Amino acid sequence: MKVEQISIFLENKAGRLAEVTGILGREDINIRALALADTSDFGILRLIVNDHEKAKQVLKEQGFTVGRTEVVAVEVEDRPGGLNNILQILFENGINVEYMYAFVQQSGQNAVIIFRFDDIDNAVDVLMQNGVTVIGGEKLYAM
Amino acid sequence: MIYNEEYETMPREALEAIQLRRLQKTVARVYNTVPFYKKRFDEVGVKVDDVSSLDDLRRLPFTYKDNLRDNYPFGMFTVPMDDVVRIHASSGTTGKPTVVGYTARDIQTWSELMARTLMAGGATRGDMIHNAYGYGLFTGGLGFHYGAEKLGASVIPISGGNTKRQVMIMTDFGPTILTCTPSYALLIAEVAEEMGVDFREFNFKAGIFGAEPWSEQMREEIERKLNIKAMDIYGLSEIIGPGVSVECIEAQNGLHIFEDHFIPEIIDPDTEEVLPYGTPGELVFTTITKEAFPVIRYRTRDISVLYPEPCRCGRTIVRMGRVQGRSDDMLIIRGVNVFPSQIESVIMEIDGIEPYYQLEVAREGRLDTLTVKVEVNEKVFSDEVKNLQNMERKLEKNIKEMLSVSAQVKLVEPKSIQRSEGKAVRVIDKREI
Ligand SMILES: [Zn+2]
Repeated sequence: MKVEQISIFLENKAGRLAEVTGILGREDINIRALALADTSDFGILRLIVNDHEKAKQVLKEQGFTVGRTEVVAVEVEDRPGGLNNILQILFENGINVEYMYAFVQQSGQNAVIIFRFDDIDNAVDVLMQNGVTVIGGEKLYAM
Repeated sequence: MIYNEEYETMPREALEAIQLRRLQKTVARVYNTVPFYKKRFDEVGVKVDDVSSLDDLRRLPFTYKDNLRDNYPFGMFTVPMDDVVRIHASSGTTGKPTVVGYTARDIQTWSELMARTLMAGGATRGDMIHNAYGYGLFTGGLGFHYGAEKLGASVIPISGGNTKRQVMIMTDFGPTILTCTPSYALLIAEVAEEMGVDFREFNFKAGIFGAEPWSEQMREEIERKLNIKAMDIYGLSEIIGPGVSVECIEAQNGLHIFEDHFIPEIIDPDTEEVLPYGTPGELVFTTITKEAFPVIRYRTRDISVLYPEPCRCGRTIVRMGRVQGRSDDMLIIRGVNVFPSQIESVIMEIDGIEPYYQLEVAREGRLDTLTVKVEVNEKVFSDEVKNLQNMERKLEKNIKEMLSVSAQVKLVEPKSIQRSEGKAVRVIDKREI
């Protein structure tokens, strides 16, 4: 029930982000979700794409430093307090969220949030035991 | 293995007797033939006959790089051009190059020293030497070339550049000894990897690397990535070119100086006082067998240390430590002396980091600032900002602890720091002083 995410090191230079999206576009790779974390001098671009293997390869060929991480996609009820409910479950079980961001598409009536955990297996267990819907990779890439 | 057993393992007393005789001859030679030396000796009131022991070397005046420039191009030659068979020149960072000349016997001497060098580094006549030092005015290429032929090895005079072709030749010819600058060795390995060729599968057993400062960590990286033994070599054209000193493959611990041809001293660069063995300072060389272009107490600007203990390879000649940097390269940042090689050692302590870095010095108001750019590769990359920031802070802390200078470490994208096929551009000084 894990999802592959690729991450890319970017210097804070004008146009670098557009270069990444340009390369992926030319290679027919579809970006499903994107989040940029940046500091004053560098940024880390996190992407979920429909073909992470190919994305990693073409970006590496263009000289980017690319990493791969497993993350978790969680369905969140699209109503006030929906996200809070999930964070509360994680907090009560002592699970640390490294970072999170929203997925572009909805899953039916629900929003989808991407979570990065330190202890991913434990996090998935806890979420599922508490009745939270975790979306697997294949389903997510195709959404 | 030792090429010239007699001279490289000579008892100290016998060696010093030879050194004195040769020094006396050289002093007479320069005094009588080069107006510059006559003037300098007369100025300090020292006569040719005053050199009656090796200690008297200290009474002779120093020779500086500027003196060579002032006598550009041939003013320091002791022989008429008829007797000069080769001219080399070193590129100066500013203005005219430094020009050096060789008689036929100088070329023989140099070839012998390079044969000794190659053998100390593990080469024998059965080896094939891939010589990727630049051929031309620079002494590296031809110096190794003549030494390899003198040794009787097979030399591939490939020179620097066209790295893909170098990889092809390595694949097809199977050379066993690699000679080039250390940064070029890593570049070849990198290009080989991009071409899908595993450098470790080649026949190479050893490499002799020099002509730029490098570090122990860089040695480890070269040895791991190239699967060879990596030896450090030292030389400069003003003395003879490569072949002044080299590490032995047996110990890889300090570079043996061929003292039957060169007398080394270590001095304090500010006071010019001679320092004892074991104390770091600036290397000074006097050549005692050169004909066309001898130098007396030449200030190399290279910072090193001498140690006299015999080596387990059997050589009795003195060793010098890896060059810590050049006083020319020495950056003075907020009053602190900083050598790029020191920063490199700190950077390379972090697992996975490659030696691609650049120091940028600038001035904000009256304060010097030092920015250290380090490339991020897959091994040190993380998808979490805090991990990368922690690495930056850790490097800054280590630099501060080791060098007592504050630096800002900045991670940059791979290959964004300029690669060079010869010497690496390590420092950009933006200060206007
Ligand atoms: Zn030795």
